[in-house]
Amino acid sequence: MIEIFGVPLVALTGQIMLGIVNGAFYAVLSLGLAIIFGIVKVVNFAHGAFFMMGAFLSFLLLDTLGIGYWGAIFIVPLIVGVLGVVAERLLLRRIYGLDPIYGLLLTFGMVLVIEGGFTVAFGSSGQIYTAPDQLRGAVNLGFMFMPIYRLFVIGAAVAICVATWLVIERTSMGAKLRAATERPHLTQSFGINVPLLMTLTYGAGVALAALAGVLAAPIQNVSPSMGSELVIIVFAIVVIGGLGSVSGAAITGLMLGVIEGLTKVFYSEASTIIVFLIMAIVLLVRPAGLFGREEG
Amino acid sequence: MSRALFLVLGAGILLALILVPFYPQVIYPVFVMRVLCLALFACAFNILLGHTGILSFGHAAFFGSAAYFCGYMLKEQGLPPEIGLLTGVASAAVMGAIFGALATRRSGIYLAMITLALSQLVYFLFLRLPWTHAEDGMQQIPRGVLLGVLDLQNDLTLYFVVMVLTLAGLALVHRIVHSPFGEVLRAIREHEPRAKSLGFPVARYKILAFTLSAALAGLAGSLKAIIYQVASLRDVHWSMSGDVILMTLLGGMNSVLGPALGAALISSLYHYFDALGGWVTIMVGGIFIGCVLLFRRGIVGELHAVLSERRDAKASHDEKENENATN
Repeated sequence: MIEIFGVPLVALTGQIMLGIVNGAFYAVLSLGLAIIFGIVKVVNFAHGAFFMMGAFLSFLLLDTLGIGYWGAIFIVPLIVGVLGVVAERLLLRRIYGLDPIYGLLLTFGMVLVIEGGFTVAFGSSGQIYTAPDQLRGAVNLGFMFMPIYRLFVIGAAVAICVATWLVIERTSMGAKLRAATERPHLTQSFGINVPLLMTLTYGAGVALAALAGVLAAPIQNVSPSMGSELVIIVFAIVVIGGLGSVSGAAITGLMLGVIEGLTKVFYSEASTIIVFLIMAIVLLVRPAGLFGREEG
Repeated sequence: MSRALFLVLGAGILLALILVPFYPQVIYPVFVMRVLCLALFACAFNILLGHTGILSFGHAAFFGSAAYFCGYMLKEQGLPPEIGLLTGVASAAVMGAIFGALATRRSGIYLAMITLALSQLVYFLFLRLPWTHAEDGMQQIPRGVLLGVLDLQNDLTLYFVVMVLTLAGLALVHRIVHSPFGEVLRAIREHEPRAKSLGFPVARYKILAFTLSAALAGLAGSLKAIIYQVASLRDVHWSMSGDVILMTLLGGMNSVLGPALGAALISSLYHYFDALGGWVTIMVGGIFIGCVLLFRRGIVGELHAVLSERRDAKASHDEKENENATN
C-alpha cells in the first residue's frame, strides 16, 4: 500500500475529495454572501437558514408531492428565491442606510424564526433524503472509489460558480450590478432601477443558497439546524477571503474545504476548528483578508 | 429621568430583591438569580455594544467558559468557590483580551463575524475537552463554602451572595461607563479617527473594553455555574450570544441599566413559555426583528425619549408664559 507521511494514499485522497465536496458548499454559500453584501450591504445571517430550507423543501416535495430530485433542483431555488424577494421587500428594505450591523441582527432574527418554525413543524431530528437513481453508485477513479453523487456535487458547484461569474462579469445585467455596487446613487441617476436590482440580487443570492441546500440534501442529515453551523464557518471563510471579491470568496471556500479535509487525515481532533484557526492567523498576518480591500 | 425618581425606583427594586427569597410562592428565587446573572451579562456586553459601538457576536464564549472553568476548579480540583469565581473571571478576561486583539483588527460587520467564529472555536474546544463531558455538560458542581464562612449550600446564603455580587458587578459597569475611560470609549464610538487624532491609543482602549466586558460576563457565567451546579454547551453556544444581543437591544443599548431590563424580560419569556418549545425561538426571533425594525433605541431609550420630549414641551410652554408675562 502506498503511504504518504505514514498515511495510506487511499485515505488521503478520500479525505481530499470529501474536502473538495465540503469546499464546494462553502464556495457556493460564500459566493452568495459576497454578492448580497456587495449590493445590498447586508451580511446575510439567514443564508444558512435558506440553505436549510432548500434541503428541507426538496425532502418535502418528494414526501408530499412525489416530486423527485430533478424537479426539486429547479423548483426549490425558485420558491426560496421568491421568499427572499418577499423578505427583502418586507423587512430588509426598511433598514437600508442604517449601520450594516442592523442587517446582521435583522437576518439573525430571521434565522430564529425560520429555524424555530421548521423545528415546530418537523421536530429537530433529521430526515433522510436519497440521491436519484442516476447518481447512485461509485466510480473507480484509479486511485480510489468515488461516489458518483459527490462527483456530481463538485461539478454542479463549479458550474454554479462559473455561471455566476459569467453573469456578473459578462452580461449587461452584471454590468449594472457592478455599477450599483460601486456607485449606487450614480447608477440610479442613469435610470437603472437600483432598488429593484437590490431586491432581485437578494432573491438570487438566497436562491443560490437553496440550490446548495438541494445539493446537500442527499449527503447530509436534513435537519432545522443544519444551516446555522455551516453559516458560521462560511462567515470565517468570508473573513479570510474578504467579501469584496466574488471569485475570491469562491476560491477561498474551496481551498478551506480541502485544508479541512487534510486536517481530518493528519490531526482529526482539529478538523472542526481549523477554519477558525486559519482565520485567526490571517487576521494577524493580513488583517484585510487574502483578497480583501480595507473596508471603509 | 430625574434623579429622585431614579433613586426611588432603585430603592424599590433593591427592596423587592431582598424580599424575594422570603416569598418563594410569588417568584422562584432561582429564577431571580438567573435574571440577576443575565442582567449583569447583558450590561457587561453593553460596555462594548452601547458604549464603544462594537458588536460582539461571541459573548457566550466568555460567559460559558467562565462557567466551565469555575466548575472545573470546584468539581475537579475541589477548591472553594472564591477560587472558582476568580478563575472564571480571569479566564474570561484573558479570552476577552485575545478576542479583542484579534477582532479589533477589523471593524463593524467583520468584527461581529470574527467574534462569532472565535466563539464557535471555543465551543468546539469545550465539546472536545475531556473534563467537560461533551453534550452531557458538567453536572453536580459542588457549591462549597465561600471564604470559609458562607455556606452556599444554604439557599438563602446563596441568594444573597449572588445578589450582592451581581449588584456589585452592575455598579462596576456603571462606574466604568461613567469614568473618563468610558468617555473615551464613547468618543471612539462617535468618531474613531478623531479619537485617534486626539492621541488616544484607540486599539488598546478597544482591547481593554473587550477585556473588562468579558471579565464581567465571566463573573455572571461563574455565578451561573454555582447556582445551577451545571456548566453546559448551551452556555457557550452562539444562540446565547444572540440572546444577550437581544436583551441589550430590547432594553436599550444607550442606557447603562436598560440591558438589565431586557435580560429580565427575555429570561421571563424563556422561563414562562418554556413548554412551547420551538415557538419560543420563533417569538424570540420575532422580537429581534421587531426591535431592529421598530424601536432600535430599546424600551429604556424610547421611554427616555418620550419623557424628555414632554419635558422639552413643558419647558417651551413655560418659556412662552414667561414671555407673555414680560410683555
